[in-house]
Order: sequence, then C-alpha cells, then structure tokens
Amino acid sequence: MALAKRIIPCLDCDKGRVVKGVKFLDIRDAGDPVEIARRYSDAGADEITFLDITASHEGRETTVKTVEAIASQVFIPLTVGGGIRTLEDIRTMLNAGADKVSINTAAVTNPEFVRQAAEKFGSQCIVVAVDAKKVSAEGEPAHWEIFTHGGRKATGLDAIAWAKRMVSYGAGEILLTSMDRDGTKIGFDLALNRAISDAVDVPVIASGGVGNLQHLVDGVLQGGADAVLAASIFHFGEYSIPQAKRYMAERGITMRL
Amino acid sequence: MNRVAVIDYGMGNLHSVSKALESLGADVQVEITSDASRILSADRIVFPGVGAIRDCMAEILRLGIDVIVRDALACEKPVLAICVGMQALMQSSEENGHVSCLGLLPGTVKRFGGTGTLQDTDGKRLKVPHMGWNNVYQTDAHPLWHGIEDGSRFYFVHSYFVALADADVLAAETEYGHRFAAALSKKSLFAVQFHPEKSQHCGLQLLRNFLDWDGQC
Repeated sequence: MALAKRIIPCLDCDKGRVVKGVKFLDIRDAGDPVEIARRYSDAGADEITFLDITASHEGRETTVKTVEAIASQVFIPLTVGGGIRTLEDIRTMLNAGADKVSINTAAVTNPEFVRQAAEKFGSQCIVVAVDAKKVSAEGEPAHWEIFTHGGRKATGLDAIAWAKRMVSYGAGEILLTSMDRDGTKIGFDLALNRAISDAVDVPVIASGGVGNLQHLVDGVLQGGADAVLAASIFHFGEYSIPQAKRYMAERGITMRL
Repeated sequence: MNRVAVIDYGMGNLHSVSKALESLGADVQVEITSDASRILSADRIVFPGVGAIRDCMAEILRLGIDVIVRDALACEKPVLAICVGMQALMQSSEENGHVSCLGLLPGTVKRFGGTGTLQDTDGKRLKVPHMGWNNVYQTDAHPLWHGIEDGSRFYFVHSYFVALADADVLAAETEYGHRFAAALSKKSLFAVQFHPEKSQHCGLQLLRNFLDWDGQC
C-alpha cells in the first residue's frame, strides 16, 4: 500500500453559485456549492477545489461565506482559487476554512508574492496554478509557455522553467492546466504533464481536457500526475467518483476506495 | 457539556478542527483560545499547528503555551496534538535550520529525503510534501483507534516527519519512502501527524473517540 492518487472535482463559482452547471444532482438548487461539495465528499472525492470567478467586491464577501459554509460541513481538504492577489486574501480564505489557496495571475505579475505567501503561511497551503499552451510547431521539440487571462495573453515564460521557479519560491503543489486541452474532452496534454512532473519535486495536479475515465488513468500513468482534477465529467453525471476510482484502481493505480 | 479548548497561538486555520468537533454532537462546546485558565478548565484540549516550526515555537513560547500544555498533561487532561502540534512536542526540528521544541516526547523532526531525493522501495522518486491519503497502521490498541480499521487512510500534508527515539510511545506508523510515526501516545497525550479534521469518516471517528476519552491508555 502507498500514498493514494487523488481525484479532485472542481467547482467554478460566481457570487457563491456554481456556474458551469451541475446536472447529476437531484436537488432543488443545483447551483449551491455547499450541497454539491457535500455530495462529492460523500461520493469519495479526495479533495474539493473551489474556483471563484467573481470579479466584484460584494461577490467576494459572498465567496468567503460560501467557503465558511463548505468548510463547516465537508471534512476533506478544500482549495480555493481565483482572485488571490494579496497576503490578506490568503489569510481571509484560510481563516474561512480553506486548507490551500491557488495563486494564478498574481504569481505571474509578481513572483515574489509566492515567496512571501509560502514564508508566511507555509508551502503546504500554497498551490501555484500554471496555465500552459504549446507554442512549438509540429515536428519541433515540444515547448510550452505560460498564458494568463484564460489562455488569451502570452507571457513568454517557458512553462517548465516557470514551474521550477515557483517551486523554488515555495509552492507546495502545482495545478497544471493545458490551455490547448481545456474543455476539449480529448484528454490531458500528457507530454506537458510528464515534463512538469519530472521537473519538480512537489505534487502536480493534472487539469484540462478530461472526457473519459481512461484520460484520468493516462494522466497518472503516462503524465506522472499525483492528482487529477475534473469538472464536467462528474458534474454532468457521465461518470461517478466511485466509478472513476474503481476504474483507476483496476488499472493498478493506488486509490482511496 | 463536553468542553474542548482549541489552543490558538496565531498559526493557521483553527476553523476546520473546531467545526469538525462541533459536528459530532450537540453537547460539544468548542472554544478557540490562548487563555491559560480557559484552556486548563476545559475537559479536553486540542493542540493544532500549521506552517513553519520556527514561527510556531516562537508564538508557543511567547504566549506561554508550553507551560499550559505541561500543566494539562501533569493533571492527565486529554490532549490531542495535530500535525505541527505533534512536531512541536518533540525534542527538536531540523526545519528552519535547527529549532528546539518542547521535549515532551523523545525524538526529532527531520525532512523527507533529507537534502537528497526521497525514493520508494523500487527506487521510484517520491514527491515532497507527502500530500494526500495514506494508510495508517496502528501499533497499539489505544482507545482513540476504536471503530477505525487498521490501515485506514487519513489525509496528510507535511514535508517533515518525526523520527522517534523511543518506540514505546508509538501508536501508528505510515510508509512514505520509509516508515515514520503517524501517531504517538503517552498517558493523556495523543498526537497525530495526519489531519483528522480533513480525513472524512475515519477522521471524524478519531475525533469522536477523543471526545469520549478519559485520558487513560
């Protein structure tokens, strides 16, 4: 027996409501993140990631209340991402009950922020979200760069060098999203995943592109992922978490069943 | 009423452990405090910890938490230490250079893999921090294991582990590159490296056992 690979369902929320839509739940209010987080926890999810896409200040306060409500009822680890820009933002989320925060754009605009955050709160609660896109042409050696603003804005930063730098600054985990694959349902970018996982000592969460259970298996076995994050395959009831765990375990992956 | 004091020394999130305890019964009253009289008058005490050991120890000493914990154990009050709370009970830690700790349990705190790379028995590289759900193998029949199957998975997140100097206080082991102390017990003190408040059913069962525990082994 050994450390289990993790399955992490992701909830995208705006002003305290899940916005990508969740169809599998037979509940009156399908947008309630607390209810959804509880269902996933009961189903055996290993962690929950709550991605806050709220832009307004008022919405932020709702988000804090939602995190508090989830943490009061769901006793598995909770990561909160989206709009984390200051040490105060981190403190607020941790005090509300988050176990980890995921830092994305703020890491690119101010890398020192990651170092300060890790020193202040410990690496164990600092996840750096790396959004990468392949920039090499067909036939060239593979090369990925960091993009921000949902994959629209190039930064010129090499993804592998960037991930290593973030870890040297104290990131305790990397949430790696392939911008090429996000929403495509054709599977993770396995070469990207393998390259980043081999380059850093900390756990890597694979994200972006999951369309079926074999994709989860490939992410771990070929991509070297320590955890797999998915939204739509679980939200829309195509697959359940116990089903995904059994499928992965049958293919030799250590899971918490 | 079952009164639990969660010791607050300014380090990290005490919300989760308080909420987990409160979820276990209407008669459970949880207070997050650094006040000695409040802590010592409670029925039981949770000693949490998160973050870097140097900052934790500095705050523990500044607020006199070390004295409170010693006093609580002297009168055999049940104490549950969690994660860095457990590490703070050891003699010293090599995190942040070298930090002297409370010395209530025999052993030191070391980094996984030392300065090199941590490997499993097949020579495969293991990631640090040790993050996720791992098996906890019970080494004694302590009341806090009541209703928890041997080898159950609990949630861990840590880069440093306890290297025990006296196997008598070992209560459970976990394997990550090598075996390390996942839980320790000595009289009315029980300490865990994992996070029971984040370990779903098994974690809640352990917290329930703690609420029922009279502090005797």
